[in-house]
Amino acid sequence: MADLSVNFAGIQSPNPFWLASAPPTNSGYQIMKAFDAGWGGAVWKTLGIPVVNVSSRYGAVNYRNSRMVGFNNIELISDRPLSDNLREIEEVKKRFPHHAVIASLMVGPREEWHQIVRDVENAGADGIELNFGCPHGMCERGMGSAVGQEPKVLKTIVEWVKEVSTVPVITKLTPNITDITQPARAAVAGGTDALSLINTIQSLVGVDIDRFVPYPIVDGKSTNGGYCGPAVKPIALNMTKNCAQDPGVKVPISGIGGIENWRDAVEFILLGAGTVQVCTAVMHFGFGIIREMVAGLSGYMDDKGFATIEDFRGKALDHVLTWENLNMKYKVVAEINEEKCIGCQLCYTACEDGAHQAIKLTPGSRVPHIVEENCVGCNLCSLVCPVESCITMERRDDGSEHLTWSERTMAGNVPLTFDDPLAGGLHHSVPSPTEALSTPVPRHYGLSQN
Amino acid sequence: MALYQSPTSESDFERNFQQLKPLMNQTEAHYESARCLFCYDAPCVTACPTSIDIPLFIRQIHADHVAGAAKTIYESNPFGYACGKVCPTEVLCEGACVYNLQQVKPIEIGRLQSYATGAIIHQEQQLFILPPANGMKVAIIGAGPAGLSCACELRMRGFEVVVFEAKDKPSGLTIYGVAPYKITNEEVLDEMTYLEKQFGFQIRYNHRIETREQLAELEQAYEAIFIGIGLGETAPLQIPGEDLENYMGAVEFIEKLRMEHHAVMVPARVVVLGGGNTAMDAASECARMGAESVVLAYRRSPNEMGAYHFEYDLVKGAGVQSLFNAAPVAILGNNGRVTGVKFQKTALENEKLILIPDSDFVVEADWVIRATGQARRTSFLNLIPGLETDAKGRIVWNATTGQTGNPTYFAGGDAANGGKEVVNAAAEGRKAAQHIAQWLLSPS
Ligand SMILES: Cc1cc2nc3c(=O)[nH]c(=O)nc-3n(C[C@H](O)[C@H](O)[C@H](O)COP(=O)(O)OP(=O)(O)OC[C@H]3O[C@@H](n4cnc5c(N)ncnc54)[C@H](O)[C@@H]3O)c2cc1C
Ligand SMILES: Cc1cc2nc3c(=O)[nH]c(=O)nc-3n(C[C@H](O)[C@H](O)[C@H](O)COP(=O)(O)O)c2cc1C
Ligand code: SF4
Ligand code: SF4
Ligand code: SF4
Repeated sequence: MADLSVNFAGIQSPNPFWLASAPPTNSGYQIMKAFDAGWGGAVWKTLGIPVVNVSSRYGAVNYRNSRMVGFNNIELISDRPLSDNLREIEEVKKRFPHHAVIASLMVGPREEWHQIVRDVENAGADGIELNFGCPHGMCERGMGSAVGQEPKVLKTIVEWVKEVSTVPVITKLTPNITDITQPARAAVAGGTDALSLINTIQSLVGVDIDRFVPYPIVDGKSTNGGYCGPAVKPIALNMTKNCAQDPGVKVPISGIGGIENWRDAVEFILLGAGTVQVCTAVMHFGFGIIREMVAGLSGYMDDKGFATIEDFRGKALDHVLTWENLNMKYKVVAEINEEKCIGCQLCYTACEDGAHQAIKLTPGSRVPHIVEENCVGCNLCSLVCPVESCITMERRDDGSEHLTWSERTMAGNVPLTFDDPLAGGLHHSVPSPTEALSTPVPRHYGLSQN
Repeated sequence: MALYQSPTSESDFERNFQQLKPLMNQTEAHYESARCLFCYDAPCVTACPTSIDIPLFIRQIHADHVAGAAKTIYESNPFGYACGKVCPTEVLCEGACVYNLQQVKPIEIGRLQSYATGAIIHQEQQLFILPPANGMKVAIIGAGPAGLSCACELRMRGFEVVVFEAKDKPSGLTIYGVAPYKITNEEVLDEMTYLEKQFGFQIRYNHRIETREQLAELEQAYEAIFIGIGLGETAPLQIPGEDLENYMGAVEFIEKLRMEHHAVMVPARVVVLGGGNTAMDAASECARMGAESVVLAYRRSPNEMGAYHFEYDLVKGAGVQSLFNAAPVAILGNNGRVTGVKFQKTALENEKLILIPDSDFVVEADWVIRATGQARRTSFLNLIPGLETDAKGRIVWNATTGQTGNPTYFAGGDAANGGKEVVNAAAEGRKAAQHIAQWLLSPS
């Protein structure tokens, strides 16, 4: 059995699954319930001067059969008095001494930071997370993402906290910034022990087209919120990778954003995360999802022969290069498995209209075919095909050649003028524009030819 | 023990004839429509006789544009709601859905179709704007799926349309023939009312066209005439005993059942003769009416039945017993009433059906229903000069244009195709309308 326990910047946790600072960690009641269910740690709902919230507060993106693939909120930090939270932190730590309890904090002046850091440490918090991420409501008051977007201010505040803290300090970053490594480096320069990312992304989740108001609607008006849930995972993965690869960062990272099952967690860990945090998935399905996550992760580790999380943490990082270092001699083309094909012709229309006209319909058969010389190997068709592993991308180069853009640049072998004969698309087959008007289309496709 | 008890009230009847394809609610429609792949050259469209743009209307349902979806459906098939419920979708659109090839449940196209059209019928939403009158008039004989689909399409092209209907309700066999567990009377009539309002054709009910004089008047007053008269009564078997009381044709029994519901008294023992879809319907309807024993008797083997396998499954599910390779040779009776059927066993000899000598046996029955095909309306059709019928009594027509040997007369539906489904009649009615328009507006 794999050992799931982690030591994250000095914080011990029975597994890498933590609850992110958010409604699921609003109270000791919820956190005890979560620990009892199997969660390894919890970042307490951000503490500070208690706020007052509005209703309603949430909006969601539903896609086809799925509800809440994206989630948006305009909630602020904790609205409960600090003393209640401190008392409950103490109770939780007493009952669950080996679980990780991290206090998320957001206040203004230096003295307030000093005071609240001491308070949560006295209550027994194992670590502190600085919320520099909230992109709505708090930033207008000069806190949250307003700090996260100003590396200098951020560094100063981390320094203030480090002046008094005795437990590890995690700095939580906002993704609402062009280059995530800038605040990450500032936090490290300020002395942070670890990073966590991402917080929510500024968003308007949708508009009520009858009332002409975006969601969520508060008495006929709305405001921008913070976006999270499965839809944001790719952004979070990329930012995690950026920080993990940055030589100026080199502190443990807690990965956050759209995680809802063990696979998501493994992906973050492979890109360098030491723990992962979850909010939306728990808000959607409750604490019970942890059973699948723990079982899945430990099954994966057993299958791969990883004894500890450290055995595979960051294992994908060496495989992420900058574009100009990819091998341009590598060549794959699409191949359709005729046995598996169900004849929907989605690949045809995708390639025909959205790619390179490399798939043709086959007279007398519903199974389309690939015109290999036109296929650029983009793999769009294999992504739209509804049948698992029906379209595969098959390698056509023999692997003997390796040439990157940077090598070509150095060799002076790249297109430089507008009509340069080195243009990549020069020899690709492109039908003449008017052929478009004589290509027959089926009934449901368009009006002009029916 | 019978599976069903005799219904004594309308609610009993509804329970026994529970809808096979109940209406979807919004949630189900949302999830089901999400599954559609939006196939290119979609096979479901090709399989639909009216070529409804299925991927488009399903996409419209999913985008919550129900009126748009209904319009897409009605543009191709005026019986959009009814067809969603009564079409044998297993062998049409849903049978062609690509999901079948993946051993995944096909999209429930029929139910989605009824969902969209049903919502719009209910809201009485006007979907089409009719063009100004073009000054020409077309008469339609028969207010069945063929006739009314023709009427809708002609109205969309500016023609004035008068429909002559022998009975007092529209929709033909949709209301008088289709099994009650497929569609209720109310549902059928709601769609018909909607079409009448939407397209503004007139129907003259209780107005059978049956004489040469009447036809001559129509020929005088109208530029073209469409014949959508369907088929006739159930044909006799030409065996002894067919004059007995409680011996009846399936189509006649079903019409009575559809009109009178639980007031129809089906006795304890019923024999149904036949192996087609109508026989299946009659048998399962008798079982649902509480008959203790229903025997479906067919001359040949199960594999040779004309009925769809899912219709036969339905019959078995209703507790009907089957008797194969048994030909009725006489209807037996006492005091002028049916008491049973005398059968003789059959066998195949050189691919010909023969009666096995001395193999007679009797099945006792209180009712005997023959579902052995509908007669053709040839004597009426013979009144039309130039219009011919073939050996099977079908109108000889140009299947592409609907035009008959008498160019003023067009035809479609059961009368021309020999008896298919509602959706075929609808397709043929519409197509004929398009060609009537072409013929009248741009004669070549
Ligand atoms: C028992 C049974 C069950 C069926 N079940 C199904 C089913 O589940 N699904 C399905 O899709 N199809 C089913 N069908 C087939 C379907 O009902 C027919 O194919 C369809 O109704 C044919 O339409 P039509 O317009 O050609 O004729 P009809 O529906 O027969 O309509 C003809 C109309 O013309 C009228 N008429 C006839 N003669 C005259 C005249 N001289 N003057 C004026 N009016 C006249 C009739 O009263 C009738 O209203 C079933 C048929 C039967 C018999
Ligand atoms: C309603 C709501 C409230 C949140 N409040 C906080 C907060 O108080 N402090 C904080 O650091 N992050 C807060 N977050 C951000 C989450 O902790 C987390 O960073 C983000 O939701 C991304 O993770 P997810 O995709 O698993 O939801 C909040 C998120 C939501 C949905
Ligand atoms: S890989 Fe891209 S170019 Fe090649 S067939 Fe597929 S969609 Fe077309
Ligand atoms: S997308 Fe896949 S299943 Fe559909 S036609 Fe193409 S290969 Fe076949
Ligand atoms: S075949 Fe099935 S999946 Fe494809 S468009 Fe038709 S209903 Fe949708």
